[in-house]
Amino acid sequence: MPAAEPWAQAAGADRAPRPSPSPVAVVRAARRERTTRYRVVTTALVAVTVGLVVLTLCVGAFMVSFVDVLRVVGGADIDGATFVVWDLRLPRTVTAVCVGVAFGLSGAIFQTLVRNPLASPDIIGITAGASAAAVVAIMLFGLNPDLAAPFAFGGALVAAAIIYLLAWRGSVSGYRLVLVGIGVAAILNAVVSYALTRGDVIDANEALVWITGSLNASSWGRLPGLVWPLLALLPVVALLARPLRGLQLGDDLAAGIGVRPERSKLALIVVAVALAAIATAAAGPVAFVAFVSAPIARRLAPGSGLALVPSGLVGACVVLAADFAGAQLFGDTRLPVGIITGVIGAPFLLWLLAQSNRTGKG
Amino acid sequence: MTQTTTSGQPVATPRGTRPAGPRRATLVAGLLLGLAAGLLVALVSVGVGARQVPLDQAWAALTAYVPGDIAHEAVRSRVPRTVLGLLVGASLGLAGALMQGLTRNPIADPGILGVNAGASMFVVLGIVVLGVTSPAAQVWFAFAGAAVAAVAVYWVASLGRGGPTPVKLALAGACITAALTSVITALLIMNTRAWDTFRFWQVGSVAGRSLDIVGTVLPYLVLGMLVALASGRVLNALSLGDDLARGLGQNVGRARGLAAVGVVLLCGGATAAAGPVAFVGLTVPHVARAITGPDYRWILPYSGLLGAVLVVLADVLGRIVAHPGQLQVGIVTAFIGAPVFIALVRRRKLAEL
Repeated sequence: MPAAEPWAQAAGADRAPRPSPSPVAVVRAARRERTTRYRVVTTALVAVTVGLVVLTLCVGAFMVSFVDVLRVVGGADIDGATFVVWDLRLPRTVTAVCVGVAFGLSGAIFQTLVRNPLASPDIIGITAGASAAAVVAIMLFGLNPDLAAPFAFGGALVAAAIIYLLAWRGSVSGYRLVLVGIGVAAILNAVVSYALTRGDVIDANEALVWITGSLNASSWGRLPGLVWPLLALLPVVALLARPLRGLQLGDDLAAGIGVRPERSKLALIVVAVALAAIATAAAGPVAFVAFVSAPIARRLAPGSGLALVPSGLVGACVVLAADFAGAQLFGDTRLPVGIITGVIGAPFLLWLLAQSNRTGKG
Repeated sequence: MTQTTTSGQPVATPRGTRPAGPRRATLVAGLLLGLAAGLLVALVSVGVGARQVPLDQAWAALTAYVPGDIAHEAVRSRVPRTVLGLLVGASLGLAGALMQGLTRNPIADPGILGVNAGASMFVVLGIVVLGVTSPAAQVWFAFAGAAVAAVAVYWVASLGRGGPTPVKLALAGACITAALTSVITALLIMNTRAWDTFRFWQVGSVAGRSLDIVGTVLPYLVLGMLVALASGRVLNALSLGDDLARGLGQNVGRARGLAAVGVVLLCGGATAAAGPVAFVGLTVPHVARAITGPDYRWILPYSGLLGAVLVVLADVLGRIVAHPGQLQVGIVTAFIGAPVFIALVRRRKLAEL
């Protein structure tokens, strides 16, 4: 093969200017972050999240009145209602909120950092790493599914490290990261497929959770592994928001305003991977939540820069709504949340791709 | 694909001129060598397996078969998977070369561009909704799915400036695959029996399939192969760009359409027979191109041969590595092919789009 790539000419001809926003626009956006619109959207999202939480706690095969839910949460012991609300629905709902927030934030950080809407942890194979580790542990080593979370966490971290190293060529370019991620995800999915052919169909059904994402296994016992790491990571995210905003200007300008680009990038990636990993460990790779949350949040609150808080809230809303729909809309079958988000999220992904192609940003 | 030298001059070959690259005699010799290699791996594939059978015994099983002899039975049971492996490999190699030429895209592959996922999706729909379990009927679902996915991916990727660039095609393919995977899983989760069938189908395997399947898909694969092998000149013209191809008297639209039919026949047939086997179509044409130079009239037959060798080899490797069990061929090719994909992606220009 000659030195120049055969496709270089065709590809170079339509190379669009990098989609980095102009510095002025970014600064302006950052200033405007606390504008009225942003506040209204954030408040509205909080309200929707609370509304969905209440809905999930009240509605189901066993209906519980709003008043009774409040009393149960307040500590009252009501026959039947306490078991359903406190033992069944509350842990599931809390898990949904935490998973949604974690995925939403993780996606927002990745997408901003790499400046590419496709660079979310579920597209580039990080959650696939979590699935692969968990499924292998369950199907090949006979691990009790309840104990799979740490494996999922480790799998996500390892996958992220591998993808990052393979995509590294002096720096990490957006599309290289995405495409390398697709390649790595292919290997990981092959591993998952292989592991699924071992063992019996019951185990395989159990393992299916680790491919699609489901809240069925949430319980009070599993919650601490999700809530405490998330609470620990949130302040770190808040601290890193400033460097992230700086990095939007490009590495050089960011360095000019006192951000250390490579160090900040590494820290941000570690935090984003950790967020995706704890969420995947708790509920499996719930499809597309990390991917859709930030674009939706930015659309709701345009010109508000990073929109990290709205992204997290949108994530929570998406997971809550999808889980509710999966549980209520299909009769006796209780579809896992990841199926709903996958079926809804995929057309959105295609639409976004078509959209960015049209505007030349793809 | 536009072949460029270091100075950026296109050197792709118009009709009639001698192709850049090795001489014809060398290339013909290479093809014969490839055939010999195919024969060799086929013999190895028949000889190697969970049960150790000495060579003379294996030969006897084929020539002087004794019914009831366990060793003979074992050897003969490896014949269908070997034949299937050769066929599927040749089809996928050819399909990959066709796709790469058709889209001028170095990372085109039925797996990456979502064609396999489309075929899978329709097969699952057939199983779950219509209760179709016979391979003969499943082939048609696989074809339909492959065609729909191919058109959808190409359409989404060609929106906007610059038409379907490599990156856009790969991303559209990944998107479609992700989308279809969700729907497939949704269907399977509601239907445990289909799931039990499908989890074995989806890894991509040539094991445990009878010669019936080969018979079912053979006509389509052969037709696809003929179309593919006849497309060399057209792909050479297309590699100069659509305008020049038109100038050379090619009906670009019709040429693309015909080649696309070839892709669908080959991918649909191969996927129906063996499940989704990824990365063969990606890897093989690159190796072929390195041997033959840019002339598609040579790249295509080489890709077919190398694909056949690769798949049978991967199948044998899967039997050796996981002895006494086995790794399905789709797993092995993923492990061989994905690093090639990543290496291609890491190359200079592609990822900087």
